[in-house]
Formats: sequence, structure tokens, C-alpha cells
Amino acid sequence: MTFELFIFYVFATVTVASAVVVISSRNPVYSALALVLTFFSCSGIWMLAEAEFLAIVLVLVYVGAVMVLFLFVVMMLDINIAVLSQGFMSYLPVGVGVALAVVAEMALLVGSKYFGADIIPPPERHVAEYNNTAELGNVLYTVHMYAFEIASVILLVAIIAAIVLTLRKRPLTRYQSPEKQVAVRREDRIRVINMKAETEE
Amino acid sequence: MAYVFSPSDLVQVAPEIFILSMACVILIVDLFLDDRRRYVTHLLCQVTLLGAAVLTYMLGFGETTMAFSGAYIHDAFGDVLKIAMYVVTAAVFLYSRDYLKDRNLLKGEYFVLGLFGLLGMMIMVSAANLLVIYLGIELLALSLYALVAFDRDNKTAAEAAMKYFVLGAIASGMLLYGMSMIYGTTGTLSSTEIAARLVDLGSDDLVPIFGLVFIMVGIGFKLGVVPFHMWVPDIYQGAPTSVTLYIGSIPKIAGFALVMRLLVDTLPGLVVDWQAMLIILAVLSMAIGNIVAIAQTNIKRMLAYSTISHMGFLLLGVLSGTTEGYSSAMFYTLVYSMMALGSFGILLLMSRSGFDAEMLDDMKGLNRRSPWFAGMMLIMMFSMAGVPPMAGFYAKLSVLAAVVDIGLVWLAIVAVLFSVIGAFYYLRVIKLMYFDEPVDDSPLGGSADVRFVLSLNGLAVLGLGIFPAGLMGLCLQVLS
Repeated sequence: MTFELFIFYVFATVTVASAVVVISSRNPVYSALALVLTFFSCSGIWMLAEAEFLAIVLVLVYVGAVMVLFLFVVMMLDINIAVLSQGFMSYLPVGVGVALAVVAEMALLVGSKYFGADIIPPPERHVAEYNNTAELGNVLYTVHMYAFEIASVILLVAIIAAIVLTLRKRPLTRYQSPEKQVAVRREDRIRVINMKAETEE
Repeated sequence: MAYVFSPSDLVQVAPEIFILSMACVILIVDLFLDDRRRYVTHLLCQVTLLGAAVLTYMLGFGETTMAFSGAYIHDAFGDVLKIAMYVVTAAVFLYSRDYLKDRNLLKGEYFVLGLFGLLGMMIMVSAANLLVIYLGIELLALSLYALVAFDRDNKTAAEAAMKYFVLGAIASGMLLYGMSMIYGTTGTLSSTEIAARLVDLGSDDLVPIFGLVFIMVGIGFKLGVVPFHMWVPDIYQGAPTSVTLYIGSIPKIAGFALVMRLLVDTLPGLVVDWQAMLIILAVLSMAIGNIVAIAQTNIKRMLAYSTISHMGFLLLGVLSGTTEGYSSAMFYTLVYSMMALGSFGILLLMSRSGFDAEMLDDMKGLNRRSPWFAGMMLIMMFSMAGVPPMAGFYAKLSVLAAVVDIGLVWLAIVAVLFSVIGAFYYLRVIKLMYFDEPVDDSPLGGSADVRFVLSLNGLAVLGLGIFPAGLMGLCLQVLS
């Protein structure tokens, strides 16, 4: 076994083991942390496959942003696991049956018979100067330019949809109006009243 | 691999770019309008659609060309469907305007999301690459989820949007998984290259068929055919009627284009397999759609089941695998979108502030209240049932002829049987309109432009039934 293969197996084992923890842990915080570990080891595997850009993006975006947000949500919301897992046992037989059927079907197809190295030969090793990030950029802005632009439109629609569905103007909400604050005059705030000095009779 | 991007490709997508830029402009302009001047937004949308139609017409109907390294296909088939979508969208916006105004829902975002959905459908119509097809579907779906939930304080609309979102996400996942299988065996995303590679691989390779099954689940969901139809009635009923009008008419044209691009253009090598799958989907849709519709008391729900059965009918044309079959299915889609437009349009016309016409009983005595629009609804219902001389009759006839041509006589007989069953609930609407006493006698409202376009809409369905040759010839011409 080469050293590279050894590294691969280490990452692969960690990925599968932590993925099992994600779905089996009773505490959602542990699940989220285990998912972080899964992403890390996945990015290690991608690094071995010479896809360093994807590996870095996985850590930056998923671990750095998405999972932190996820942990926030899990800790902020008081989720009652007992209620959520109600009826788990009654759905279990159906779930296991469906899962087994899918696994059996996939095992028949997604194996070495159709995807083996003799059918899809492994790609050539790249030279040391090969830059995956630059390659990806080249493809993204030329060949896949159309798809790239559409993806940006989808993000725009997501922003519009989120604002449409959540922005509410509540008349009772207290808010500052900088415009009014700047335009304020002395007369609006204080009133000088001429009073006669009170004297004791 | 050559990294090429030629700026001249941008000319090909001019209609898409125009719609996108105008949607962004409208989004900004709308911010500066108060509620009284909201009609400006509506007007701008109509101008946008007109502009896009002019652009498509000027650039289109030439030789089939590819752009963006084969991701975009520009052909007469796409041009015809796009122009049809502009027309239907323009009518949808017009019919919805007063309904939305009465409910304080007339916001710029309705129109902007509608335009973005249209953009997604245009992308689907001229996609020649699995990735672009998927992105087009997602752009449409995202706009639709937001539109369904548009009436935020309405509980049923929120529930419908949630169901639609969850089921839609699962269906997209299925579709993507199937596409990944096809990509895995062929090593390319381009439709033409996949078609060529699959011929080389031969039909005994199981993996593409495995991928096809998942793609079929995705298509089935997006079209709303049995057994992937569960979302259709709930969403049709729960969404505001103006959104139901949108969902029920334009995406059907895009759905047909999706089937053509994915199955006919990309996977012609698996025609035997998808033909068998489509037969099952079509028979089940016609059966469940027509039988369950009989039991409905809500007319929006009834029309939802009617949609399911019509989509089954549409698949008959596609599964025949011949040019005649494809063109008859195309004719069917165009006619169906017009019928859906008209029937939901009349429901919108009957609604006024504080009252939504959505129960079958609301149709009672429509003839007393407005003989003209009762007549229009009569045309729509007869056309959906397939009674000559309406356009729906000719659409059904040509689809059945395509099925008989390939020797599937039993399938044609089954289809006719279920249409006869389906005729019952269409005729019931007519009976309610003409022979029952109205619940309230108030005359129909609606502004002059809506009434005019709705009348044109009804007369077009009648006219296309009497003179179908022009449109049918066009469908045949662009597909051969």
C-alpha cells in the first residue's frame, strides 16, 4: 500500500465514521460538530484527487459559514428531540425497507462492473505546476459562462424571494429616522418660556 | 479543451438578456412608485414582453445554431414556444392585475418574480446541456415557490408553498441524481454528445436506464403526472387564484419543452425505455385525473385534477416517438395553456374584493349574470372535454392519431374512455352555469381591457378548433 492510499483510507474511514455520528447522535450540537469533521475529511479526499480549489471552498463555505450558522440555529432554538423523534419506531420498518431496496439497486449498478477502472480509466497525473483553481476559472468563464450567469440570476431571485416573504412594515415598530434626526431644529426640541420670576410675597 | 467564449454568442440570447435587464429595471422603478401608480409596473412588464417578442421574432426562425460551447440551442421550435409564452404571460399579468389590487397584493415583486420565472422557462426551452436545463428548472421553481407564498398572511397559501418547496426540492434532487448517472457513463453534459455516446454504448447498458428512471421521476413531478401529482391539487387550491393562473398555464409549455429537450434530444437512444415509462405515467394520469376530478367541489381543485389528465394526454403525443406525435403534443400544449388561461381568467373575473370564486356552486347561474362570459366558460369547458368544434377536440384527435399510427390502438381506446368519464365534470360546470339559479345576482365586474382580452382568449380557442391547420402546420414545420 502506497502512502497516498493509506492517507486516502484514513480520510475515508473518518468521513464514514463521522457521518454515522451525524445521524446517530441524540444531541444536535454533537451532530453538527460531527458534520464539520465529515466536511474536513471530505476536503482531504478532494485534495488527494488534485481538486484543491473545491477542497478549500468546502472548508471555507461549509465549515466556515454554513455550519457556524447551523450551530447558531441549533443553540438558539430550544428543539425538543423527544417530540421530533416520536413515531420513529413505527416508521422504522418502512424506512429500512426502502433504504435496503435503494442500496440493493445501487449496489447492482454503481460498482466496478459499470464504473470500474477498465471502463472509465483513471485520469492522468498532473504535472507539479498544474493549477486546479486557474483551470476551474478558465472553464467557468468560458465554456460554462452561460450556466454561471444563470446561477447568478438564481441567487438574485433567492434574495428577492427572501425579502418579499419576510420584510414587513409594522407601524408599531420603533425605529430611528436619520433624515428627521439630521433635519431637527433647536425649536423642535426646546421651548424657551418667559416666566416671571417668582418672588415671595 | 479549448477555452472559448465568443461575444457574438450574446446576440443569440438577446431576448433572455432583455427580459433579465428589464426585470432588474422594473425592480428598481417599482420602489419609487406608490400604490396608486402601481399600474406603471404592470405597463412596463407588458412593454418588456412585447420587446422580447419583437427580439425573438427578428432573431428567430433561421437556421438552428448553437451558442456558449453548445449549452444554448437556437431553433425555430424554441422561438415558437417562447413567443407563445410571452403571449400567455402578458395575459396572465393582465388578468391578475385587478384581482391583486382588490386584495392589496398588487406589488412589483409579483411581476418581477413572474418575469424571472419566465426567464427560467426560456432557458429551459433553449437548453442543450444538462446543467443549463437543471438551472432553468431551478430558476422557475424558486420563483414559483415565492409566488405561491406571496399572500403572506394566508395560512393555506403558506402551507401550499411549504409542500411545494419540500416536494420540489426532492424532485430536483432525483432529477440531478439521474443526470449525474448519465454524466457518469457518457462523460459529457452536452445533449448532442450524450445522444451520440449512448448510441455507441448500445441499449444493454443498465446505468443510463437507471439514470433515466430518476430523470423520469423529476420530469413527472415537474409536469404533475400520476404518481408524482400529489402537489398539484393542494398548490392549485392554496395559492392565490392569480398565481394558480400563472402555474397552470405557462409552465405547461416549458414542461413540454423540458420533455422534448431531455428525452427526445438528449436520450433518443433510450426511446424504447422511456416510451414504456411514459405509457404507464400517461394511463395513470388520465385515470386518476379524470376520476378524482368528479368528486371535487372546489373548482380550482377540479381544474387541478383536469390538468393532471391533460398532461397524461400530452405524454401520449410524446411517447409515440414520431414527428407527427411531437407536433401534436406541441399543439396540445399550446391549446391547453390557452384553455387554462381562459378558465382561470373567468374565475378571476368573477372574484371581487372579499370574495374568491373558487367553489363549483359559485358558477351557479352565471348565464343570468353575464351571458357572454358564461359563453366563454362554455367554450373552455367544451374544449377541455374535447367536444368539436373547439380546439381541444382537434388537439385530442391529433394526439390519438399519433398513438394509433404506431400501433398502440388499446392506448387510444383507454384515452378515449377516460375522456368520456372526464366529460362529466366539465358538463356539470355548464349545467350549473345555465340551468341553476344564481346565488347572488350581482353583474360581473372587470375592467374593459380584461374583458376584451378574455373574450379574445375564448374566441381564439373556438377559432383554433375551426381552423387548426395554421398552428398545426407551424408545429409540424418547426419540429421536422
